[in-house]
Amino acid sequence: MNSQAPVMNQQHTPDVAQPYTRNEQACHDLSIRVRDLNLWYGKSQALKGLNIDLFQKNVTALIGPSGCGKSTFLRCLNRMNDLIPSVHIEGLVEMDGQDVNAGKMDEVALRRRVGMVFQKPDPFPNSIYENIAYAPRMHDLVSRKADQDELVEKALRDAGLWNEVKDKLQEPGTSLSGGQQQRLCIARAIAVQPDVILMDEPTSALDPISTATIEDLMDKLKEQFTIVTVTHNMQQAARVADYTAFFHLGEIIEYNDTKVMFSTPAQKKTEDYISGRYG
Amino acid sequence: MSHSFDEISQQLKRRHRKSARLKWASMGALGLAGLFLVLFFADMLSKGLPAFQQAYINTEVRYTEEASRDGRQAFDQDLIPLISRTVVRVIPLQLRNNPEMIGTSEQRWMLATSEVDQYLKGHRNRLSDEEKAEIDERVAAGQVDLRFNKTFFGSGDSKIAENAGILSAVVGTIMTMIVTLLISFPIGVMTAIYLEEFAPDNRFTQIIEININNLAAIPSILFGLLGLAIFINFFGVPRSSPLAGGMTLALMTLPVIIIATRTALRSVPDSIRHAAFGVGCSRWQVVRDHVLPLAMPGIMTGSIIGLAEAMGEAAPLIIVGMVAFIPDVGASFTQAATVMPAQIFTWSGEPEQAFVEKTAGGILVLLSVLISLNAFAVVLRKKFERRW
Repeated sequence: MNSQAPVMNQQHTPDVAQPYTRNEQACHDLSIRVRDLNLWYGKSQALKGLNIDLFQKNVTALIGPSGCGKSTFLRCLNRMNDLIPSVHIEGLVEMDGQDVNAGKMDEVALRRRVGMVFQKPDPFPNSIYENIAYAPRMHDLVSRKADQDELVEKALRDAGLWNEVKDKLQEPGTSLSGGQQQRLCIARAIAVQPDVILMDEPTSALDPISTATIEDLMDKLKEQFTIVTVTHNMQQAARVADYTAFFHLGEIIEYNDTKVMFSTPAQKKTEDYISGRYG
Repeated sequence: MSHSFDEISQQLKRRHRKSARLKWASMGALGLAGLFLVLFFADMLSKGLPAFQQAYINTEVRYTEEASRDGRQAFDQDLIPLISRTVVRVIPLQLRNNPEMIGTSEQRWMLATSEVDQYLKGHRNRLSDEEKAEIDERVAAGQVDLRFNKTFFGSGDSKIAENAGILSAVVGTIMTMIVTLLISFPIGVMTAIYLEEFAPDNRFTQIIEININNLAAIPSILFGLLGLAIFINFFGVPRSSPLAGGMTLALMTLPVIIIATRTALRSVPDSIRHAAFGVGCSRWQVVRDHVLPLAMPGIMTGSIIGLAEAMGEAAPLIIVGMVAFIPDVGASFTQAATVMPAQIFTWSGEPEQAFVEKTAGGILVLLSVLISLNAFAVVLRKKFERRW
């Protein structure tokens, strides 16, 4: 469904007119549009003129060496960077035709539509049930107890956790294993029916088997959600991602269909990184 | 170039000796501190425990017409110097309330004077030899004995030593602490939440933070002066009242609660906050639903310890007039009252021998309240401690 080549950030100052028009046509598939995004931590610039289109119901992987800005970029998409006082952002991050950084955009509304899963599983110190039910209740998605039960079951089923926890919903979420906790966090994120799920190295704290489970889950979840994931693991990007963006020193060096990117990278730097020459 | 084992162990020996010396020094310090603690408790217990017992005389009480005017007329002439002066008022009062008792008589344990009490406990006293012989005789007959001191726990202060009790001070302390808690807990916790979770980190909030930390180190007597100047002289809060004292102590407790609450909030891992923000909580929801429940045990512990500190405070309350002589148990927050430390301070200045053990007894009561409060804080923390 996404036959078009996605936008690439070819140089510091990309030719704006030419490459984007093609994607404007494909806007029914477009989830998030980023143009000339710059971000500073105090005086040091962490993101430099990023341009990228993220497509609906696809997995996009962000790869690159440590400190290249991929997590920072990810947090721009649901404004988690607002929590860091010294951050200054310029440029456009557009979702549904609206600038998410604009004054009239409420970051709570944004985070309702753009969920997030963090590197370390971080369930709330409550029961498994309460972990899932909290956010929908807060956002007034459910009023009756029965609806709430149903929603909890659906979220846990979608996260592939239901069979493992259905008999112990009242036990603390922290009593689960690391991989189960991470799937609980995914269930928590999808319980409010967001459009986009951001995952910040979701498997880096997990063992290989749990990692494989989460990867399968991502594959299934992209039927419903747009997934943007940061990963240090290039094999993982190759396995799960439809599109991959390669970050280096705060810039997007290359952004393309994953298969194309891993077989015939256009940039020398990408090739060096993918083949393990640095990073 | 390499060293042989002998060379290395030669050098190691010096290092081992040094660490052994340090270890002995620190153990010595600990032992010394423990020794002082034991001495302190032994002294307090040996002086204070006798205060929980009081001499009583078992005798016939005749409720005659004369006794309803002067209570002393109810007893044998030779007993009158030994029985507490309180009967002068107590027996007529009893007869006025129960007129049908006039004309009857009964065998009763009556409160003895503090001189008898001190004599039985082997302390200095002013009894004559005949009186001592009289008492010895009655002790042998089982008519004079040390019994549980109901007066000490059941009544207020008195100039008559055997009639002095700590109840009015206990009630005064409770009322003062209620005022302190109601003022300092909400203000302190909200201040800490604002500073920790909402306020930007700039010069202004840094100055506030430094000042709060400094406030916690200010001599408490200055808070008393502040309370006198602001609450009593400016706002006209009744002097000596639990309201004035509680407000003054609230000033003193505020920085303690703020600092404890901030520490508790800071110990909640950021991952919880991020997770909550991630599912779309507003800042207030993050604090109310996720951070506060986790920080609550720490906040409660800090507040209880802050209150316990305030409870042991005498200096600022002396300045706002809470050393008053309070014979009756207080009934309202605006009436004059006293508190336990102030009561202890008052008794320690009394010349009579009997007040020495009252002082120590009062300290024991105060200490046991403080120790139970601290134990309660520990239990609370253990009970609500949650893993994340």
